[in-house]
Amino acid sequence: MEELLRVLTLALGELLAPATAAYALAAIGLNVHFGYTGLLNVGQAGFMLLGAYGFGISTIAGAPFWLALLVAMAAGTLFAVVLGLPTLKLRGDYLAIVTISAAEIIRMLGRSTLFDAQTGGSAGLRGGDYKGSFQDLSFLPDGRTMIGPLEYLNNGSDSWWTRLFAWSLVVLALLVVWLLTRSPWGRVLKGVREDEDAVRALGKSVYSYKMQALILGGVLGALAGIIYVLPGAIAPDAMGRTMTFWVWTVMLLGGAATLFGPVLGSMLFFFVYMIVRAGMRTDLMEFLPIPAKNVDHVAGVLVGVTLMLIVIFRPQGILGNKKELALDAR
Amino acid sequence: MTADRPMIATAPRRLLAVILAAFAALISGAVMFAAPAGAATDDIATDCMPDASTTCVSPIVLDEEHDPVPGVEVTIAGEGFEAVVTTTDEGPVSVTVPVRGTYTLTVNTDTLPADTHADPAEREVRAQTGSTARGAFTVGTGPAPSPEQTESETSAPAGDAGPGAEGAEGLVENDVNVSSFPSFGQIWQQVGSGLRFGLLLALASVGLSLIFGTTGISSFSHGEQVVIGAMGGFLLINRAGLPIWVAALLIIVIGGLTGLLQDVAIWRPLRRRGTPAAQLMLVTIGLSLALQYVLQWIEAGSMRIITSNPIPTTIAGITLSRASWISMAVALVVIIAIAVLLTKTRIGRAIRAVADNRALASATGIDPDAVVRIVWVSATGLAALAGLLIGISFGSFTWNLGVQLLLLMFAAVTLGGLGTAYGALVGSILIGLVVELAGLVIPSDVRYATALLILILVLLIRPQGILGSRERIG
Repeated sequence: MEELLRVLTLALGELLAPATAAYALAAIGLNVHFGYTGLLNVGQAGFMLLGAYGFGISTIAGAPFWLALLVAMAAGTLFAVVLGLPTLKLRGDYLAIVTISAAEIIRMLGRSTLFDAQTGGSAGLRGGDYKGSFQDLSFLPDGRTMIGPLEYLNNGSDSWWTRLFAWSLVVLALLVVWLLTRSPWGRVLKGVREDEDAVRALGKSVYSYKMQALILGGVLGALAGIIYVLPGAIAPDAMGRTMTFWVWTVMLLGGAATLFGPVLGSMLFFFVYMIVRAGMRTDLMEFLPIPAKNVDHVAGVLVGVTLMLIVIFRPQGILGNKKELALDAR
Repeated sequence: MTADRPMIATAPRRLLAVILAAFAALISGAVMFAAPAGAATDDIATDCMPDASTTCVSPIVLDEEHDPVPGVEVTIAGEGFEAVVTTTDEGPVSVTVPVRGTYTLTVNTDTLPADTHADPAEREVRAQTGSTARGAFTVGTGPAPSPEQTESETSAPAGDAGPGAEGAEGLVENDVNVSSFPSFGQIWQQVGSGLRFGLLLALASVGLSLIFGTTGISSFSHGEQVVIGAMGGFLLINRAGLPIWVAALLIIVIGGLTGLLQDVAIWRPLRRRGTPAAQLMLVTIGLSLALQYVLQWIEAGSMRIITSNPIPTTIAGITLSRASWISMAVALVVIIAIAVLLTKTRIGRAIRAVADNRALASATGIDPDAVVRIVWVSATGLAALAGLLIGISFGSFTWNLGVQLLLLMFAAVTLGGLGTAYGALVGSILIGLVVELAGLVIPSDVRYATALLILILVLLIRPQGILGSRERIG
């Protein structure tokens, strides 16, 4: 019983964890791409890694917090433009192919010896080098605070302050996306998703709308990257293809083309993921023939299979509307 | 995205079938789970000449005037290998290490001249096949300075990708001299390496292109299908000790079976429902994710298929290992066979007909379902063979090989023309050449980035690729 409580507490902690917020924010960005506009971006981790590098490197170079934030957003914008220019006039597959390749290239360049002085190569950047300006912003008193079963430091890396900031950003992003998608601009986006030719016939530039959506989602991805690295360090190898696929799982689980889908998806995903992983390590599950060192692999396989099942049987996710999301993106 | 597309029917039985099949496909690709190999420490020669298949590590200990310091013991450890070498004043000593990877060089401070210290005392080097990884230490007078203040780091957040973290590159070899302008001999050698890479890549990407042509799916799991072949080689040849030819046949069959299983359990039922291609693409992402973890589960470290030392063989001034030449010959024969098959046989013509226009092909009496199944089986079989040959030619690989190859295959297929079989061949050879030649002018760990550059340029200038037709891209 004590064991169960421990697992449950761990899983509850995941609900508020900064990483959960980062995935939620990245999924909100991906939702702007895929859910609202129908763009197949398979390189969201590339946006996140670029955002993290943009923030980390400019902070280390001496930039204040807000400037570093702007640098990260600019990096996301630039990346979106470079990827969008050659692909947005073509069929959706091309964007998918280019984004997954580009994200991989960003990771490759980040871990290469070429930019060792800036990115720290495969070892990455130490959190302590870039977290100072963020932690100085905290207005919380020092000490520890316990809310329910969860207890963290008020200030520091894995702290209440990091959580507060992360989730505030998520709420802000939700507000922006909500306002935008119910505006005329948002309706054109959905129009692009449903029928490009009809939108074109109304005299709108489909290409320009797609580009704007790609940039908006990309900037949200870059901000998500910052949140992801604030409690830890920037490690390029932790932000590769797997991360992109997880963001997709999170978004599709909650429901694409819905406002709260990405947030619900992220919380549910990490809650269950922690229960599965921690659960398999408890004595209760000893009858399973899985050695402790392979628990993460089993959990990973389950994530993959879950993604397949969601796409096949419930592409609209938990909150989505099946009629709206027919998943035939261009 | 149209709302009036056929609704997706959900049947619990089908759900079960899909889950079972997904697991079966994963497990059958895995063949078996074997215990990790023990760390083998071979006899150590202190003279290592890097060639296409040998990896060397060399510690260099210099004094403040940059003269070698003799008699210093340096421990080289990593990847299950450990050796102690003693420096001489005749020049750097080097040691052959069994696999490429990261090695830690530690200076035994007791062996240093009195009242000196080494700066740094410990160094990490990345050894790559075909080159010597050098770790330099400077011996200075006086005691060692206090180590840099290091701040303790909170571990990555719990949601960290964990075992999914991408490790070192899938395969790295032939680090060529970057500093000086390449000589003709170097260029010619890289052309040879490029042709090798291109031919092997072609073998893998033909399947990707055929799948796209006949079903419209950009299959993101194709990279893992290649790794299944390579890992099959590791398990059957290295671990189980089967003869290579027997193992190769088995691997092709196993690869093909994974394709057959996937088609029976996933792709055919989804075709029947009229599931759009974008949705199928997301399914391949899930499949890729699941396969990645299964592959890491079996073996997370670096793998070698053939453990004996490769025999360098020179043909037309190009030196590659004998295994590489044989792999190239096999790939060439298979590629010619595919070309003949596609043009001369009924099946081949049927495949091209379905790729060209599914409805029209169906109207002329071709069964598109049967054709697509043949395509899945042959594409995955070819991918497995390609994986085996790549694993053999390049010395060693990791589970992470898949993503790198996927990127190059996509670039090759797009360059040649998405959905055309010959386009995949042409594109692969070109990508192979460009990537290997790029290694002459840019650091080898970023040379794959050139493939993306080509991809973006192709899409800007001629999106249909070299051999593609305009109407496909819209």
